[in-house]
Amino acid sequence: MTETSTQKPIPVTVLTGYLGAGKTTLLNRILSENHGRRYAVIVNEFGEIGIDNDLIVESDEEIYEMNNGCVCCTVRGDLIRVVEGLMRRPGRFDAIIVETTGLADPVPVAQTFFMDDDVRAKTELDAVVALVDAKHLPLRLKDSREAEDQIAFADVVLLNKTDLVTPEELDRIEATVRVINPSARIYRTQRSEIDLTRVLDQGAFNLEKALENDPHFLDQEQHDEHVCGPDCDHDHHHHDHDHDHHHDHGHHHHHDHGPSPIHDVTVQSISLRGGEMNPERFFPWIQRITQTDGPNILRLKGIIAFAGDAERYVVQGVHMIIEGDHQRPWKKGEKRETRLVFIGRDLDREKLERTFKACEAQA
Amino acid sequence: MPTVAPLDLEGHVVGVAFLKDVPFFAGAAGTVHRLDHGHKTTEAHDGLLSLAYDEASDTLLTGGEDGKVMRISADGAATLVAETSRKWISEVAAGPQGAVAYAYGKTAFVRLADGTTKEFKEERTIEGIAFAPKGLRIAVARYNGVSLHWVAMAGSPVDLEWKGAHTDVTFSPDGHFVVTTMQENALHGWKLDAKPGAETRHMRMTGYPAKVKSLSWSAKGKWLASSGAPAAIVWPFQGKEGPMGKAPLELGTRGNTMVTAVACHPAEDIVAIGYEDGMIIAARFADSKEVLLRRPGKGAITAMAWNKTGRQLAFGSAAGDCGVVDIGG
Repeated sequence: MTETSTQKPIPVTVLTGYLGAGKTTLLNRILSENHGRRYAVIVNEFGEIGIDNDLIVESDEEIYEMNNGCVCCTVRGDLIRVVEGLMRRPGRFDAIIVETTGLADPVPVAQTFFMDDDVRAKTELDAVVALVDAKHLPLRLKDSREAEDQIAFADVVLLNKTDLVTPEELDRIEATVRVINPSARIYRTQRSEIDLTRVLDQGAFNLEKALENDPHFLDQEQHDEHVCGPDCDHDHHHHDHDHDHHHDHGHHHHHDHGPSPIHDVTVQSISLRGGEMNPERFFPWIQRITQTDGPNILRLKGIIAFAGDAERYVVQGVHMIIEGDHQRPWKKGEKRETRLVFIGRDLDREKLERTFKACEAQA
Repeated sequence: MPTVAPLDLEGHVVGVAFLKDVPFFAGAAGTVHRLDHGHKTTEAHDGLLSLAYDEASDTLLTGGEDGKVMRISADGAATLVAETSRKWISEVAAGPQGAVAYAYGKTAFVRLADGTTKEFKEERTIEGIAFAPKGLRIAVARYNGVSLHWVAMAGSPVDLEWKGAHTDVTFSPDGHFVVTTMQENALHGWKLDAKPGAETRHMRMTGYPAKVKSLSWSAKGKWLASSGAPAAIVWPFQGKEGPMGKAPLELGTRGNTMVTAVACHPAEDIVAIGYEDGMIIAARFADSKEVLLRRPGKGAITAMAWNKTGRQLAFGSAAGDCGVVDIGG
């Protein structure tokens, strides 16, 4: 191995969100906090608000479609070039932050870190963080698909500017975000103020780390009335796991789990839950699903229990890209079950549920 | 037996060249090193991104993260050719009569010797520039093809279309062919004398396991050597049809590493092949005979250049271990 190829991959955090949602404020918080880390920042244009950092690179959004006949196989050519340039002088920074434009599609940004061999060899996508302007989200969802895509694709959502809405509005907005993306972590913030450990070093695309940090992963079905999701940081220190009656979270929200209370959501999520899987049926199934429905799948994540396998298997995917690996041994007393969530559009719930069930070892 | 004079630098080496037989090594941090009766340096940029050798004037052109285009002469003196603010100059090219081409974003610029600058706008980001061997004409690589512009004349460019992202461009020395490297693991070529729109105009060169990042035309332009595989892939360009229907040569095949740089000898049909593990060999086209020029080193070979007589080969790597091979030693 050469010296350069044994270097640890540089983590990359992608900030998305509509114009005015608070991306630059969050970015400046990240850059100014005293964490001893140096960042290279890639922005689409130098904005009105200054970014206080030594290493800022401007790049024009440049979408490449790959010549493999797959319409969803898109990458960002500008990021390939800039990352390659930055990585020639790796001593200058410890991590990279990509700030996208308000209208940017997050998918090609993320796929760049999986599909380009050079970029993939040197960097590692850490997480996609979406900033949402609580006040203006309903309007955004009405007039653009991008706002919805950004939420659907995110690992972490900062529901920002919460001071500009009433608590009832905020609950409704959060419920909407949760409908669009049941597996993201949602934090309520003002002026993008957040403990940075909730934004950085998430390892959201790292199969070993991603689901491990998240004991409530995909639990939204279990907590049917719990709209704030995996590990929201507002008040509900103890909720019992008795799901026969509604429990009190210390904040009020609508117990609404059909379509969103705001009628402009086109993204859907489908959570699948099953027993132990037969790998000889499961792998061809997930391959087929991602090949045929890949263009409609924004994200997929899952923990798979294979019959006779002592280890948990984890999968994650973006459109037609899917990765899977053994993660760790099943713990004693841990329920050996399979959970998958698909976030996308025009997904056939009945077909997914039926074909998924057919992969069960007991089927 | 070839001998190697090493030069150990810090960091990635973007390009190497000989100016008046002095070897130059351009580091990504922006320092240009030379071995001229000892190790000497020129601080050319804050961050050096691109480099081109200007044969006509025996100088180097460099583009930087600092938005500058510099010209560096054999004595190490650096002069400013052009400057923009805060834009990465990721492409530079040297043309006839002192012309210099560079690009950032969607605009290519050609600065003529008299100081005037022409602008050429594209719809997509410019990823490569090359001057034609005859006439003041540039080829600009961009998404979905190449644009050919006459520098001195106003008028619409000739578009060479091929779907996909084209990341660099080169003319064959006889000017009959234009070849690009692509985001896909492939080269694409156009025969300029074929009719526009004709299927026979295109040359697809595929089958690489990795992206092609290094191209080099052989002495008389009859072959085009390329990286991107465990061997140097050398395409025949002898006939009017280019490499179509012919198999390329595969020289210096190794099982466990990839070719990262190629440099054809200035007189003989021989190519220097640099590998990911830092090894360099020379291979002859006629009989595939190989000679080891340098044992594996610290980093992947990123750049190589022969001196005019073809006796010396300068090389640089991604880890900074550089040197000069003397093959006559």
